[in-house]
Amino acid sequence: MVTLGHYLIVSGMLFTIGFAGVMLRRNLIIILMSLELMLNAANLSLVAFSRFHLQPNGLPSYNAQVFVFFIITVAAAEVAVGLAIIVALFRIRQTTHVEDITSLKF
Amino acid sequence: MPPLLFWIFALLMLVFGAAVVINRNPVASALSLVVSFLGLAALFMSLDAYFVGIIQVLVYAGAIMVLFLFIIMLLDLRAEKLRKINWLASAGGLLVALALLMQIFYVVGNLHAAQEKFPPLVGSTTDDVRNIGLLLFDNYNAPFQIVGILVLVATVGVVLLSKREVR
Repeated sequence: MVTLGHYLIVSGMLFTIGFAGVMLRRNLIIILMSLELMLNAANLSLVAFSRFHLQPNGLPSYNAQVFVFFIITVAAAEVAVGLAIIVALFRIRQTTHVEDITSLKF
Repeated sequence: MPPLLFWIFALLMLVFGAAVVINRNPVASALSLVVSFLGLAALFMSLDAYFVGIIQVLVYAGAIMVLFLFIIMLLDLRAEKLRKINWLASAGGLLVALALLMQIFYVVGNLHAAQEKFPPLVGSTTDDVRNIGLLLFDNYNAPFQIVGILVLVATVGVVLLSKREVR
């Protein structure tokens, strides 16, 4: 029997994979992809709670799904701006490797 | 949803999500991300959220992935050469990630509701586009318009960033 806990654990594992990607990888594009993984993990737990917490009329609570809609929209805007920044950076430095970008390093 | 399908799609999502992080070739990472998102969309549909599942496939697997692949092609990124790995930093990152996972396990394990199964639906959710749309234009009208402005600002920002000379 699949319970709410199963979905939350799977969501947490996906979030951890994304988090490890941000921590371990040094390629800016891969870091952006890992950020997307984390946002989607949050979406999964939101939808699971939406299905778990029914409205009085017996339908899922749609507030969470509206929230997921907003998250997807913001994530799309974020990816577009992030990739534009990476392209602008690549023009100047010819690299997408974070260890080569040390102008602000103290 | 039969438990077997849940495990298949959850495993698909997690394995290809890990492949995103492990692959050295950015193109392979992007394609793994597509499969991971398709598994996630299947999980959304298993939770009777058909609209969100379809949006997931259209926006992520469709639009965002094309954007990623286009940028990888534009920058002509090859598989990374193996650099000297800072083992201390890698171990630290892995340790923090594992600590996070342990905390998530602990919190979900202590959550009472996590052991309960999903209550049965009374009606059908096949018209959830209508329900979500009504809620979006009724209760969440102001945030919806703010998101519209956000997307507009993002578009202008991307065009400005992509110009040859940023002044």
